[in-house]
Amino acid sequence: MTRYILKRLLQGIPLLFIISIILFVLMMNMGDPIATMGGRSVTRPSDRERLTRQLGLDQPVYLQYLYWLVGNDWTKVDLDGDGVAETPGTRRGALRGDFGTSLVNRGKPVTEIIAERLPNTLILMVAAEVLIILGSLLVGVYSALRQYSKADNILTALLFIGYSMPIFFIALISMYLFAVLFKRWGLPYLPTVGMFDPQVGKTAGQVLWHMVLPVMSISIISFAAYSRYIRSTMLEVMSQDYIRTAKSKGLSRREIIYVHALKNASLPIVTVVGLDLPLLLGGAVITERIFAWPGMGRLFLDHVSRSDLPVVMGILMLIAVAVVVFQIITDIVYAWLDPRIRYEG
Amino acid sequence: MMDATPQADSLTSFAPDELETPPLTLGQLAWRRFRRHKMAIFGAIVLVLLFLYAFGGAFVLSESYANFTDTDLRLSPPSAAHLFGTDTIGRDILARTIYGGQISLLIGLTAVVIETLVGIVVGALAGYYGGKVDAILMRITEAMLNIPEIFLLIVMAKFFGGKIPEVEVLGRAYSGSVIVIVVIIGLTSWMYLARIVRAEFLSLKENEFILAARATGTSNAQIIFRHILPNSIAPIVVSATLGVANAILAEAYISFLGLGVQPPTATWGNMLDGANNYLESAPWMWFFPGLLILLTVLSINFLGDGLRDALDPRSRAV
Repeated sequence: MTRYILKRLLQGIPLLFIISIILFVLMMNMGDPIATMGGRSVTRPSDRERLTRQLGLDQPVYLQYLYWLVGNDWTKVDLDGDGVAETPGTRRGALRGDFGTSLVNRGKPVTEIIAERLPNTLILMVAAEVLIILGSLLVGVYSALRQYSKADNILTALLFIGYSMPIFFIALISMYLFAVLFKRWGLPYLPTVGMFDPQVGKTAGQVLWHMVLPVMSISIISFAAYSRYIRSTMLEVMSQDYIRTAKSKGLSRREIIYVHALKNASLPIVTVVGLDLPLLLGGAVITERIFAWPGMGRLFLDHVSRSDLPVVMGILMLIAVAVVVFQIITDIVYAWLDPRIRYEG
Repeated sequence: MMDATPQADSLTSFAPDELETPPLTLGQLAWRRFRRHKMAIFGAIVLVLLFLYAFGGAFVLSESYANFTDTDLRLSPPSAAHLFGTDTIGRDILARTIYGGQISLLIGLTAVVIETLVGIVVGALAGYYGGKVDAILMRITEAMLNIPEIFLLIVMAKFFGGKIPEVEVLGRAYSGSVIVIVVIIGLTSWMYLARIVRAEFLSLKENEFILAARATGTSNAQIIFRHILPNSIAPIVVSATLGVANAILAEAYISFLGLGVQPPTATWGNMLDGANNYLESAPWMWFFPGLLILLTVLSINFLGDGLRDALDPRSRAV
C-alpha cells in the first residue's frame, strides 16, 4: 500500500508540470497587464517599457516560465534596460512556495491574496459536499426501495431536471423565489448578496444565513447526479446473494437495508465524490459571481479580467494540486473500504 | 454496426418460438429498445420543437427586429406586443430568443464536431499504438481533465478573444466570438470521449479480425478507420449526443460571465449576462432564455439516455 501511494504521488508530479506548462503558455496571451495596472499614468511609452522590463514580461516564454517555476535569485536580471544583467533576482519560484506578486495589487504576494479568499470558498465547498452526500443518500435509497412506484417515478423525473439545470438558472430562480417573492409575501426571506450584512457584522449566524442560497445552487446538480447513481447501485446491491442470505436468516428489513445493503451501495460513491471536485469548483465560479461571494471563484474572474498572470496561475495550480491529491486520496480510501480491491505496488 | 446482421440471425435461432418472425437487424433492435424509452421519445420531440422554434421562428420575426432597440420600451413586462417582454434597451426578448437559439444550437452542434474529431483521433492513436504515444497523449488528457472546464474556458476565451473578425455566412454577419467559442468548447471537452475511444480500441485491437486484417497487410490507417472505429461507434454516438448538451451549457456559462459571444449577436447565454441585476425588476429577462436552455439540455439528456440503452446496452448510466 505504501508503495502504491508513493507511486501515485510520483505520477502526480509530472502531471502537475504538464498542467503548469499548458496553463502558462495559454496565459501568455491573456492581454496586457500593464494597461490595467491601476489609475495612475503608466501610459507613457517609457514607463510602459520600464514596467514591462521590471516585471520580466519582455523575456521569452520559456524564461518567464523558468523564473516562475524556480525563481530568479540564482541569476541576475536587467532592470535598467542597458542590456547588462546586473541586479540579482529576488523571486524564489513556485517550487519553493513563491508564486510571485500580484500585478494588480502591487507587490502583494499571490499566496497571501489567495489565502485571504480560500476559506470563503472552502466553507461553501464543505457545506455543499455534506449536503450533497446526505441528501443523495436519503433520496437515492428512498427511491431504490420503492422502485417504479409513483414516488420513485416523480423523484427520477425531478432529479433529471435538476441534473440538467444550468447553475445560474438554479441561482436566479431560487433568488427570485426565496428572496424576492418571500419578501413580497411577507415571509422571512433569504439574503442574496455577500457574506454578511454590513450593519450586523461578520457573525457566524450571518454567514450561515447568507450561505443558504449559494450552497443550494452549487449542490443541486451534483445532488441529482449522485441520487441517480446511489439509486442504481442500491438496486444492484439489493439483488445480490448476500442480501437474500440476510433475508433468509430472518434479519429485520431495517438491518438489511442500513447495515448490509447501504454499506456496500455507498462504496462507489467514494470515487464519485473524489472525482467531482473539479465540477464543484467550476460551479463555485458562477455561484460566487451571482451571489457576490468573496471567494476564489470571484478572485479568479476579477484577476483574469485584468490579466494578472501570477494570481491566476496561482489559483489554477492550487486547484490542480487539490484535484490530483483528491484523486489519490479517493483511490486510497476506496481500497481501504473495499478489501476486494488490491493495488499492486 | 448495421452490417453485423449474421449476429442478429444467430440470436433469433436461439429462440425457436420466434422463428416465425423475420430476423431483425441490429438497427431494428436498437430502434425497438429506443422506442420503449418514453422519456427519450419525449426528449426527441421537444428537441424537434425547439429547433422549429429557433429556425422556423426566423420566418415570422426578422433579425433586424430582434436587434431593434426602442428605448421608450425599456424593461417592459410581457404583453401582447412583446410576449416575453423587452430587455434593458427595449429589444423584443421573444425575437432574441429565436435568433439566440439559432446561435446556441449551432454552437452546441459544431463544438461537438470538433470535440468528437479531437477525441477520436487522440483516443484512437493512444489506444491503437499504445506505448509511448499512449503515455504522452493520456498524460495530456489527464492534465486537461484536472483543470475544471470553466476555468480552462475562461483562460482560453481570453487567449483567443477579439482576434477573429466578423464573418458572414449565408448573408448574415456573425460576431467572430462565435467561432472562438465553438473552438474553445471543442478544445476543452474532448477528454472523456478520448478515454472512451481509447478503452474501446484497447479491447477491440486484441480481436482475431484485427489479426487477420494485419496478416493480409492492411495498413494501420485502414485498420483504425475501417475495422476498429465502426465497431466502437455506439459509445461515440452516445457521448457526442450528451456532448451537445454540455456544449450548450458551456456556451451559456461563459457568455453569462460576459466572456462569450459578444452582443449584438444574441445567444441564450449572453441574454442572461447581467440579468441578476434585474432579478427583481425584470424577471422575464432571465426567465425565458434560462428556461429554453434548461429545456434543450433536459431533452438532449433524455435522448442521450435512450440512445445509450438502445445502442450500447452493456453500459449503464451513471
